[in-house]
Amino acid sequence: MSTLAASPTREESGTGRPRGPRRVRLQQLLAAGTLVLIFLAFSIASPSIFPTWGNIVTILYSTVVIGLLALGATFVITTAGIDLSVGTGMALCAVMSGMFIVNWGIPVPLGIVLAILFGGLIGLINGVSVAILDLPPFIATLAMMMVASGLALVISGAAPIYFEDPSYMGFSTGTIIPSIPNAVLVLALAAVIAAVLMSRTLLGRYATAIGSHQEAAELAGVAVRKWLMIVYIVGGLFTGLAGVMISARLGSAQPATGMGYELDAIAAVVIGGTSLSGGRGTIVGTVIGALIISVLTNGLQILSILQEWQDVLLGAVILVAVFIDRLRRRAERTA
Amino acid sequence: MTDPQRAPDPEDELLLEVRGAVKTFPGVRALSDMRLDLRAGEVLALVGENGAGKSTLMKVLTGVHRPDTGEFRYLGRPLRVSGPLDAARQGLAIIHQELNLIPALTVAQNIFLRRENPAAGLFTRPRDLESRTKDLLERLGMDLDPSARAEDLTVAQQQMVEIAKALSFDARVLVMDEPTAALNETEAGALHTLIRDFVTPRTGVVFISHRMEELRGLADRVQVIRDGDYVDDFPMAGATLDEVVTKMVGRPVTTGRARAPRDAQSDREDRPVLLSVEHLRSEPLVRDVSFELREGEILGFAGLMGAGRTETARALIGSLPRQGGEVRLRGRPVAFRSPAQAARAGIGYLPEDRKRLGLMLESSVLANMELSSLGSRFQRAGLVRRADARRAAEEQASALRIRTPHLEQPIKNLSGGNQQKAVIGRWLMRESDVLIFDEPTRGIDVGAKEEIHSLLEDLAAQGRSLIVISSELPEVLRLAHRVVVMAEGRVAGVLDAGDADPESVMRLAAVEEAPGHPRAADPDPAPERGRTDASATTEGHR
Repeated sequence: MSTLAASPTREESGTGRPRGPRRVRLQQLLAAGTLVLIFLAFSIASPSIFPTWGNIVTILYSTVVIGLLALGATFVITTAGIDLSVGTGMALCAVMSGMFIVNWGIPVPLGIVLAILFGGLIGLINGVSVAILDLPPFIATLAMMMVASGLALVISGAAPIYFEDPSYMGFSTGTIIPSIPNAVLVLALAAVIAAVLMSRTLLGRYATAIGSHQEAAELAGVAVRKWLMIVYIVGGLFTGLAGVMISARLGSAQPATGMGYELDAIAAVVIGGTSLSGGRGTIVGTVIGALIISVLTNGLQILSILQEWQDVLLGAVILVAVFIDRLRRRAERTA
Repeated sequence: MTDPQRAPDPEDELLLEVRGAVKTFPGVRALSDMRLDLRAGEVLALVGENGAGKSTLMKVLTGVHRPDTGEFRYLGRPLRVSGPLDAARQGLAIIHQELNLIPALTVAQNIFLRRENPAAGLFTRPRDLESRTKDLLERLGMDLDPSARAEDLTVAQQQMVEIAKALSFDARVLVMDEPTAALNETEAGALHTLIRDFVTPRTGVVFISHRMEELRGLADRVQVIRDGDYVDDFPMAGATLDEVVTKMVGRPVTTGRARAPRDAQSDREDRPVLLSVEHLRSEPLVRDVSFELREGEILGFAGLMGAGRTETARALIGSLPRQGGEVRLRGRPVAFRSPAQAARAGIGYLPEDRKRLGLMLESSVLANMELSSLGSRFQRAGLVRRADARRAAEEQASALRIRTPHLEQPIKNLSGGNQQKAVIGRWLMRESDVLIFDEPTRGIDVGAKEEIHSLLEDLAAQGRSLIVISSELPEVLRLAHRVVVMAEGRVAGVLDAGDADPESVMRLAAVEEAPGHPRAADPDPAPERGRTDASATTEGHR
C-alpha cells in the first residue's frame, strides 16, 4: 500500500480510477448480463414473435408502471427503509387524478401535476411516520398501504372513473416519437432524473449514508430526519406519476387495483442490486431489474406458459439474484 | 521471570507451543512463520502493531481459521479444536476484542450459552442457571446481577461477563485480545488483579494489548510480533517500553512526553473563550457540567467510565436532549437540536466507537471523508461537485498520510489508525472551529497513535479548539492544556496541565466505585461517600 502523498499523478491524470463503488457496478453487470441472457433465450425459443420491434415496444411499455414505482422505491430502500404503500398509493393517486380531471373538471395538465403532488403527500405522511415519529418503515407504510387502499375505494365509490379527454390517454399511448409510446419516454426521463438525484445530489449521497449507517451519518452532521422525509416524499412523487401513467394507459382509474405492485417494485429494485439492508442503491440496476421482470413475463406469455408458472419463475429469479449477491459479498468479506 | 532458553523443568511446563504457523488469506499473508510459547504460571504479553497477526493467531488457536501449516501443541499434545466452544471446553479460553455477548440474553444465559442444561433436555432451568452464575461471579469477586440483560450493561461490565464466561470452563490457558482497550484505568486495574488471581502454577495467560504502560505491572514476559512473524521475546523486567515499541514498529520511537514545557500557559489564558458551557444537564448521566474552551486550546476530559463525558459532548451537539444549562459559542447562546445544527455552527464530534458510530464501514474512504462537507462546500445548483470533493479529500488524505491505495477503497479494509485519520479528515474538510474527539486513539497501534497525537497538537497550534475525551490518562495528560475531570455527571475539578498528574486526576475522578467494578480489586473506596452498590448497578442499567 502506498500513501496518497506518494502518488500525485493520480490527481492529474484522473484516469483509471474506479468510478462507482465496485460492488454496485459488479451487480449491475450481473443484472445486465442476466437480462441479455433471458432475452437471447426467448429469442431462440420464439424467433418469429419475441425479438420483433413491436414486441420490444410492448415490453418497454409494460415496464413503465413497475419501473416508476421501482425508481421511487430505490431511494427508500437505499436508506434501509421500505415502502409498502406504493401499490395502493398508486391506485389512490389514479383515483385522485380521476377526481381532479373528470369529477372536478380541472384541466388535464394541472390535474396530472396535482395527482403527482398527491403522491408526494402520501410520501410526506410516510416520512413523518418514519422520520419524526420513529415508526419502523415496514409498519408505517403497511398502514399507509391499507389506508390508501381503503381511501381509493371510498373516494371513488368503489367504481372505476373513466377519463373522457383523449389528451389524458395520449399522455401514455401517444407517440411524440414515432412508434414509441409516450409512457416509455416518461419512464426514460424519470429514470434519468432519478439517476441524477441518486448520484449527483445530496439526496442520493445522504440516502446512501443514512442507509449505510444512520447513527454515524447523524453524528457526521447529516440532518437525518429532514433527508428521510425528503426521500419518502420523492418516493411518493414517483408513486403519483405511476398512478397517472396506469390510469392514462387504461383510460380509467381502477380503485381496487394496485395491491401487489409494491412487491413487484421491490423485486425489481433488489434484482437490480440495491441492498435491502440499505447503503447501496443503483438506479441503472433498478431499470434493468424492472426490465428483467417484464421480459420474463412477456416471454413466458408468448411461450404460452401458465401465469402460475410465470410467478414461480419470477420468484426463483429473485432468489437467485439475491443469493448471488450474498455469495459475492461473502467472498469479498473473506478476501 | 524465566530464562528465554527453555529448561525442561516441570514447573516450566509448556501450556501452549506454536511453531512455524502459516496462514494466508487471498492477497494477505497474515501469519508467515509464527511461533509462540506459553509456560505454566506466566502472563505473556503479545504485542505488535495492528495487522501484525495477533488476532489471526488467536483465531487459528480456537479453530475459527484453519492454518495452512504449522505445529500447534496444547498441554503437550497436538492441538485439535473444532471451534471456540470446543477450545473452551478443553480449557483454552479466548476473549476477543469485540465483545460477543448476545444483547437480549441475561448475564447467566450468556455465560452458559449452549450448555444451559447439563442433563440434556428441551427446557432450560433459569433459576439453576442463575444460581450457578451467582456462584461463579462471587468466586471471581464480580458484582454483577446474573439476571441483568447484556444490553443493559456497560462495556466494562460486559467485559467482566466475557471473563466470567471464559473462566467458567476451568480454563488452563486464557488468551485476551486487548481486554482493557475499552476500560478506564480503575477498571483496567481491577482486570489486572483478576488476571493475577487466575495465574497459578498450572495456568497461563496470553495478554494482547496496545497499552504499553500496563504491561510492566502485569506481564512476566513479552513477545513482539510484526507482519505475521515472530520478532523477539524477553522478560518484561528490565525491558524498557521504548525498546518494546522499537521492536514492534521496526524503527526507533519515543513514547515519553515529547511536548515542550507548557510555558505558554499564561499566554493561553489571554485567548478569547470560544465555547462556554454552564450547568449543562442531560439526565441521567449529565447532571451539572460547566467549562470553558479557549481558542487554540486542547481541553482534556478525564473520568471513569459512566462519568458522563461522552454524554456531555453529545448533549452539547444536540444528539442527546438537553434539560438545562446554557451553551455559548463566541458569546452567543446556542441550543443545537441535532448534530447537523452543531456542525453548521462549526462544532464537529468524532464519536468514541469508530466502527459502531463513526464510519460507514461498507462505503469507500472518499464517501466517508466527504460526508460532512458535501452540503456546505461541494454543492452548486443542487448538484454535488464531485471532482472538487474528491480533490479536497485527496489533499486531506495526503496531508494526514492516510495509507490507502486509492480513495475508492472500502474503508473497512483500512487499519484502525487510518480509519480514524479518515474521520478526522472528514471534519477538517468541513473546516470546523471546535472539534470534539471522543477516545481518538482507542484500539490504534502505537505508531498511528503518535501520529494522531501530533496531529491534534498541530490543529491546536493552528488555532482550532479541541476537546479530547479519553480513558487513557497518559493521553489526556500528554495532550491537554487543561484537564476537566468528571465524576457522576459533574465536573469534579479542572486542572492546569502543570498540576495534572495521574494521582491528582484519579483523586478527583474516583469519587465512587465505577459501575460493575469488582469488589475484590477495589483500590481505595472513597471514604467520604459510602459505596452505594444499588446506584452503581442502576446506573449501568439505564
